[in-house]
Amino acid sequence: MTLAEAKRGKLVTIERVGGERAFRRRLMELGLVPGTRVELKGVAPLGDPIELLVRGCSLSIRRAEAREVAVVSVEPARMGAPESARVEVELDAPSVT
Amino acid sequence: MNSEPDRELSQSDALPTSSRRHLLVVGNPNVGKTTLFNRLTGQNARVGNYPGITVERRLGSLELSGGEVADVVDLPGAYSLAARSPEEQIAIFALLGLGGHPKPDLVLVVVDAGQLIRNLYLVLQLAELRVPLVIALNMIDEAGDAPPDASAIAELFGVPCVPTNAKSGLGLAALEAEIGRLLTQPVPGRFSLDYPEALKRDRDRVAEALPTSFRSNVERDRALALWALSSIDGDDELEGIPAELRERCLDVQRDAGARDIDREIIATRYAFLDSHAARIYSQATPHPPKRAASARLDRFLLHPVFGFVAFVGIMLLVFLTLFSWAEPAIHGIELAFGALADLSRAHLPGGVARDLLTEGVIGGVGNVLVFLPQILLLFLFIGLLEDSGYMARVAYLMDRVMRALGLHGRAFVPMLSGFACAVPAILATRTMERRRDRLLTMLVVPLMTCSARLPVYTLLIAALFPERKLFGWLPAGGALMVGMYAFSVLMTLLAALVLGRTVVKGRHVPLILELPPYRVPKLSSVLRMMFERAWVFLKEAGTVILACTIVLWALLSFPRAPEPSASAPAQAAAVEESSARALALERSYGGRLGKTLEPALAPLGFDWKIGVGLIGAFAAREVFVSTLGVVYGVAGGDEDTTPLRQRINAEVRPDGRPRYTPLTGLSLMVFFALACQCMSTLAVVRRETKSLGWPLFLFAYMTTLAYVASLAVYQGGRLLGFG
Repeated sequence: MTLAEAKRGKLVTIERVGGERAFRRRLMELGLVPGTRVELKGVAPLGDPIELLVRGCSLSIRRAEAREVAVVSVEPARMGAPESARVEVELDAPSVT
Repeated sequence: MNSEPDRELSQSDALPTSSRRHLLVVGNPNVGKTTLFNRLTGQNARVGNYPGITVERRLGSLELSGGEVADVVDLPGAYSLAARSPEEQIAIFALLGLGGHPKPDLVLVVVDAGQLIRNLYLVLQLAELRVPLVIALNMIDEAGDAPPDASAIAELFGVPCVPTNAKSGLGLAALEAEIGRLLTQPVPGRFSLDYPEALKRDRDRVAEALPTSFRSNVERDRALALWALSSIDGDDELEGIPAELRERCLDVQRDAGARDIDREIIATRYAFLDSHAARIYSQATPHPPKRAASARLDRFLLHPVFGFVAFVGIMLLVFLTLFSWAEPAIHGIELAFGALADLSRAHLPGGVARDLLTEGVIGGVGNVLVFLPQILLLFLFIGLLEDSGYMARVAYLMDRVMRALGLHGRAFVPMLSGFACAVPAILATRTMERRRDRLLTMLVVPLMTCSARLPVYTLLIAALFPERKLFGWLPAGGALMVGMYAFSVLMTLLAALVLGRTVVKGRHVPLILELPPYRVPKLSSVLRMMFERAWVFLKEAGTVILACTIVLWALLSFPRAPEPSASAPAQAAAVEESSARALALERSYGGRLGKTLEPALAPLGFDWKIGVGLIGAFAAREVFVSTLGVVYGVAGGDEDTTPLRQRINAEVRPDGRPRYTPLTGLSLMVFFALACQCMSTLAVVRRETKSLGWPLFLFAYMTTLAYVASLAVYQGGRLLGFG
């Protein structure tokens, strides 16, 4: 599923950010790295762009680009968990050297 | 911690011989960075530009307790140091003292306590670069009952962190003390992050290709290599990147194959920040109270129905303020300068010097100051809209419409302001980040029906379409006025579509818009920004407008005609004077130019007198009315145009047919709608683009458009049997 298909008010987890490099990089730098939970907060009155809630911050992107972001729904059981910074990244856990 | 010796520690951290220290202020957008900058520098900030680029550079000074003074520079807001454009590139070069920027003695990074993790992403990059750093944990008041722990942040990055609230001044004394301490006793950076092995190898390959001038200690070189890997690609627009470094980055990216280097870098950094979040927050506060209030407000202000009603209401208020409420102040300035000119005319001995002073200098200063009411009001509104967080919502609400035209959502307010006057509207394009967006907006805004066109339309409609009714009931004058507005909007949108696809094409940039929480604007910051803008206008565009007024005056006054004889009776003298002025104007260079242009203007239905009016209208479009008054030797001021209207209706061609027909009037109005008859517009475009080419292009394209359209109207109308 893509971020553009997410239902309003629903939580999803980012799987992969696609699209052109500048967009992908900027979106990830704003905290939408794979593993992050995102809520679709709303849709602009004219149907585009959409508003996302990521890490307590409201961001807006267009539907065309939201289609490049692959997401999975967060299972209902985990919906009650505090939506904040619990991120699962497949990379080795980093540490300060 | 890091075991590598800091090779250049003694060199880079030693006190410079100059006593003037250099402090850079960086931070995400909407974190109160500018308010903090204002607090630190007091009333002595100046606005300038970074060399070679139209990005504003705010510079102030901070007096330290020891009597030392530090220069403080406010960098443009940024979420990350990674860059694609020369505008974004300023940050890294200024931080490291590359590309001619002075090396900072200290970097103050302002973070929003309410959106900490995202803000710390930038802090992490700065800490990796080992720049001397101090963190202001700002907006601490918004973070709720369980604010982030400043000492945990300080420990995490190995740099001091001071909680502040720039709006109220909380924590400022402590911050200033910390700045003073760090400027005399720098704390060497010690932060580094452990990246995945493959990425480390890539980074080190890039670091090897750094030129000597970019190198410092090993850790900084590695961080700079990561910056280069994130920023450089096949089609970035970065400047001053050595070819070897660029090649190496492209090679490394190519060799990475299916690996996503960007993702590895960014995900590692976020994983680090997320894994330490629990230490920074004493308890989980996913939604600070301020954000909850913002969300409630957005439910109304972004609502499909109420949201648009509120939007229209707010925009109408801005428009009405510019369009009609600025009018008394504008009128007052015009009256004052008119009185000043009369005074100088009455009390100074006649001659070139007096006329230069009266019509050139006094008139010119008046031409500049007359823009101030609208500029001040527009920037007051822009300041309030920006600082409250609503401007981002304007872009959000209007994006769909504006994008279809190739414009940025934020272009809406400048476009709307264009109905009042193009000059403040062009200055307002500063609210857009990208040069391409600003440029496109600047190039189309002058097509909007500004208020200076109205006196021209009013005169022509009143003279040529009096009391006419279309279909027996619709007043032609009113319909025509509405039609001119609709025509200008249509042409503006068309021009945006065409120019956005040709002259200022630019790359398609996906929208990523932050909707910051609503905040009560701080009036002193808004007023300060407003006066800074006005001052920049007076200094940089005002001088050009003044010079142009004097040139225009000279064009219409030389060669000089003999003074009218003083012995004639008063009644005759008045008549004689107005006809003498008409004669003088006809014989002036401007008059001759009008006659030279006549063959070119004839196909549009204009004669040389209208040509002279068009030249005079360069000072400001409404001056067309008074210039035409002088050309026709009609006495009377701008207030009552009845004599001029009668004269226009009485004017005949050599063959006896009336000079002005409704078709001529229409052709003339179309010309005024499209031509760039405004030197002030050209002066501010020159100021904002820092080039002569763009104002010249603007003038050329609008004049061509106007000529072709008027030609089509006049010749088409004649073919159809009108006129």
